[in-house]
Amino acid sequence: MENVTINSINTHIMPVKTFKTTTFVLQVRTKLSRETVTARALLPSVLERGTEHFPGRQYIQGALEELYGAHLTADVVKKGEHHVITFRIEVANEKFLSDNTPLTGRAVQLLASVLLYPLTENESFPAEAVEEEKRSHRQKIAGIYDDKMRYAGMRLNEEMCRAEAYALPILGFEEDLDNITGASLYEVYKQMLRESVLDLYVVGDVEEEEIKNFVEQYLQVTNNEPVPYSTEGTKESEKPRLVKEEQQIQQAKLHIGYRTGTTFGDKDYFALQVFNSLFGGSPHSKLFVNVREKASLAYYAASRVESHKGLLLVLSGIESDKYEEAVTIIDKQMEDMKSGNFTEEDISQTKAVLKNQILETIDVPRGRIELEYHGAIAGRKIRAEDWVKEIDQVSKEDIVRAASKIVKDTTYFLYGKGGN
Amino acid sequence: MMEQVAFDQLQETLYRKKLANGLDVFILPKPGFNKTYATFTTKYGSVDNEFVPLGEKESVKVPDGIAHFLEHKMFEDENGDVFQDFSRQGASANAFTSFTRTAYLFSSTSNVETNLKTLLNFVQYPYFTEETVEKEKGIIEQEISMYEDNPDWQNFFGLLQAMYQNHPVKTDIAGTAESIGRITKDDLYMCYRTFYHPANMTMFIVGNVEPEKVMNFIEQNQKEKNFPAAESPQRFFSDEPGQVSEKMKTIPMPVKVGKTLVGIKESEPDKQGRELLKHELSVQLLLEMMFGQSSKNYQDLFSSGLIDDSFSFDYTAEKGFGFTVIGGDSSEPESLAGKITELIEEFKKQPFDEESFRRIRKKKIGFFLRAMNSPEYIANQFTRYYFNDMHLFDVIPVLEELTPESLQSTLQTHFDTETRLSACVIKPEVSE
Repeated sequence: MENVTINSINTHIMPVKTFKTTTFVLQVRTKLSRETVTARALLPSVLERGTEHFPGRQYIQGALEELYGAHLTADVVKKGEHHVITFRIEVANEKFLSDNTPLTGRAVQLLASVLLYPLTENESFPAEAVEEEKRSHRQKIAGIYDDKMRYAGMRLNEEMCRAEAYALPILGFEEDLDNITGASLYEVYKQMLRESVLDLYVVGDVEEEEIKNFVEQYLQVTNNEPVPYSTEGTKESEKPRLVKEEQQIQQAKLHIGYRTGTTFGDKDYFALQVFNSLFGGSPHSKLFVNVREKASLAYYAASRVESHKGLLLVLSGIESDKYEEAVTIIDKQMEDMKSGNFTEEDISQTKAVLKNQILETIDVPRGRIELEYHGAIAGRKIRAEDWVKEIDQVSKEDIVRAASKIVKDTTYFLYGKGGN
Repeated sequence: MMEQVAFDQLQETLYRKKLANGLDVFILPKPGFNKTYATFTTKYGSVDNEFVPLGEKESVKVPDGIAHFLEHKMFEDENGDVFQDFSRQGASANAFTSFTRTAYLFSSTSNVETNLKTLLNFVQYPYFTEETVEKEKGIIEQEISMYEDNPDWQNFFGLLQAMYQNHPVKTDIAGTAESIGRITKDDLYMCYRTFYHPANMTMFIVGNVEPEKVMNFIEQNQKEKNFPAAESPQRFFSDEPGQVSEKMKTIPMPVKVGKTLVGIKESEPDKQGRELLKHELSVQLLLEMMFGQSSKNYQDLFSSGLIDDSFSFDYTAEKGFGFTVIGGDSSEPESLAGKITELIEEFKKQPFDEESFRRIRKKKIGFFLRAMNSPEYIANQFTRYYFNDMHLFDVIPVLEELTPESLQSTLQTHFDTETRLSACVIKPEVSE
C-alpha cells in the first residue's frame, strides 16, 4: 500500500485483484463537539441534494445509474470523541462489463462534485432543500425511540458519559434543527473542509499512478489546515449507577457500560479484544453460553468494545421481571474473567475466532479500510495484517491484566409496563 | 463426474455434482479471498406447515414456527453445542429460516474441510429430548417478543396478512408463544425426517478452495452415511383467492413515527425458471423507474413531506406466492398509502420512458457485479434461485434481453391496484 498526501488528502491506495468493483472512502475527521454535532449530521444529506454539475438529487442519482449503478453514500459516526463524516463511492470495474467505457475517473469526479462543488446561492445552501432535509432528519431522530435496541444503546451512552462529549447522540438534537439555515449550514460546511483531517482510501484492481492523477486532478481541496485537537479518551469510573426507564414494550433491554481503561494503540488493546470475544463477543462466549443457552433468559446477550473511548458495552433483551437473575449471571461472568477462571483451550478457541473475523474483514473493501483507519485515528500505524500477529501474542496473563482494569459504570434498564 | 460451467464475462467458474444420495453440491472458487463461506440448505421453510410425513399416508398440520424451531434445535447434540466446535476450528456459524428455506452456514479462513465436516455432520444428525426442546422455548419466546416491539416487522407481517387470505406466507416465521408451546420432540423428528433428506438439500461453497479436493471430501463424507430412498415431500397449500384479504390494515403501536407499506400480490404465482427470473427482474426494474431516487415521483414524495430516506421497495417471488412491497416511515402514513396507489396508476398511463429504462438496467447490472464481491450474497441467492429452477448467473443475460415492450406488459399485468393491492400502516398511539 502506498500513502501520499495529495491536495491535503492523505491518500491510501490498496491495489487488490479480488474485487469486481473499486471502492473510494473519504474520511473527514474533526473533534466531536456540541456546537456542530447536529449540523454535521445533517450535512451529508444536503450535499447529496445537488451540485454545480448535477443540480438536484435526481441528476446525481441519474449520473450514478449511468455509471452502472455506482453506489454513493455519506454518513456520520463517532469514534471515541472523533467526529467522522464518511463519503463512499463504489463503482463497477469495467473489465467485467461488455461495455468498456472507463468508469473510475468519472466516479472520482462525481465524488468530488458532491464534496467540493455543492449547489449554493449567495454563500448558502438552497433553502428549500435544507428545509426538506431538516424535516427528514427530524423524523430520523424521532425514529430512534422506535428501535429499542438502538434507543437503549443511546440512553446508556448519554447517562454514562453525561459529562463528556462522547454522550452526544450521533444524529444530533431535534431542538438544534430549528436554528439551522442554508447560510449557517454552509458555514459549517466550509469550516469542515478547512479544519478536518482528510484520509482517502482506495481499494480495488487499480493502477496507483492513475488513481493519484485522478485525486490530484479532481479532488482539489484548498485551504485545508487541520486544527490539532486532543480528546478526553478514557475516564475513571465513579460509583456504579443504575438508571431505569419504563415504556410500553414486550421485551426489556438490559445494557451495561464499563470503563476499560484501554484504547486503541495501548499495550493491552489486543488483550482487551481477546477478553471481549471470550466474555461476550462470540457464540462460544460466557454471556452467550450462560445467559442464553444455560438460563434461557435471552435470545441475544453480547458485548462489544468501543476502541477509541475505552468502553465495554453489554447488551441483552430479557423479560422485565428477570433483571436480578440476568445481572447476577453477567456479574458472575465478569468476576470469572477477572479472576482468570478460563482455560488455555478457551483462549486458543477465542483467538481462532478473532483471527478468522479479522481475515474475513479484510476480504471486504470497507472492512479493510475500517481496520486501517483505526491506526490513522490513533496516530499509530497498524496494518490490517498486523492485527492477526498481535492477537496471537496475547497470553492469559495479558487478558487478566486487561480485565483487572475494567470497571462497571452504568447499568441502563428499559422495562415494560407492569414488569419490574 | 463434476460438471464445470465458465462465465467468461464475470471471470467465474462454477463446479457442480449431484451425489448418489441426491445431494446437490456447488463450488465457486474465489482465488485471492481469505474466506470460505458454505451453506447447507433444505428446501423447507415456514410455509411448509401441511404435508405427508415420510413413510405415512395421511397429511398432518404442524404448529406455526416449527421450521424455525427445528433450525434452533439442530445446533445441539448430546455433547452440547456445535457453536463450540466451529469456534475451536476458527469458524463462525449461523443459520436462518425463511418462508421456503432453512440454511445452515459457516464462514472460515482456515480448516475448511474440518468445518465442512462439522456442518454436514451436525445437520445430518438430529438429537432432540423433551428437556432440550422445553429449554429452547424460553429463548425463542424472547426472539418473538423482540419482533413484537419491532414496528417494521409488525408492518411487514401486517401487510402479508392484509394481502393473503389463506396462504401460510402470512404467518410469522417464528410462530407465536402459543404455537411453539405445542411443539414436541416427536414433531421435530417428523419434520426432520421428511425435509432433511439429502435429495431435498443443496450445498454451496464459495471461497479460496480447490474444487476437486473439496468435492471428493464431501462425497466421501456422504458415502459413509445411510439414508432411506429419496421421496419427494408432498406439501399442501390451501387455495389462495386472487383478491386481497383487506385493502387497508391499521396497526396502532406506541411509536413516534408512523410507517406505511403498500403491497401488490402476485397474480401468477406459479412461474418458475427463466420465466420467473425475467418476471422478477422486470418488476424490480419497473419499481426503480417508478419510485427510485432518480424518479420524479421520489422527488415529489420527498418534497411533499410524505417520505424520508427510509423509503424503499422490492419484489420477491417463490413458488406459490410473490409480492411487491413499497413504503417507509411517514408522518402521514394513510396519505402516503393513497399517494403510492395513485402514482402507480399514473405511471401505467404515461408513455414509457426508454431512457430511464436503459439507465436503470445499467444500475441493476452494476448492482449485480457489486454483489459478486460478496460470498454471502452468491451462496444464498444462488440457492434461492436454484430452488426455483433459476440460475443466478443468468441475471445479466436476462437483464440484457428485457425490452420496453416486455416491461410494458409486466406493468399492466402485475400492478393491479384494483384487486391485488393492500396497504398496512403503523399508527403512533397516543399514550397517556
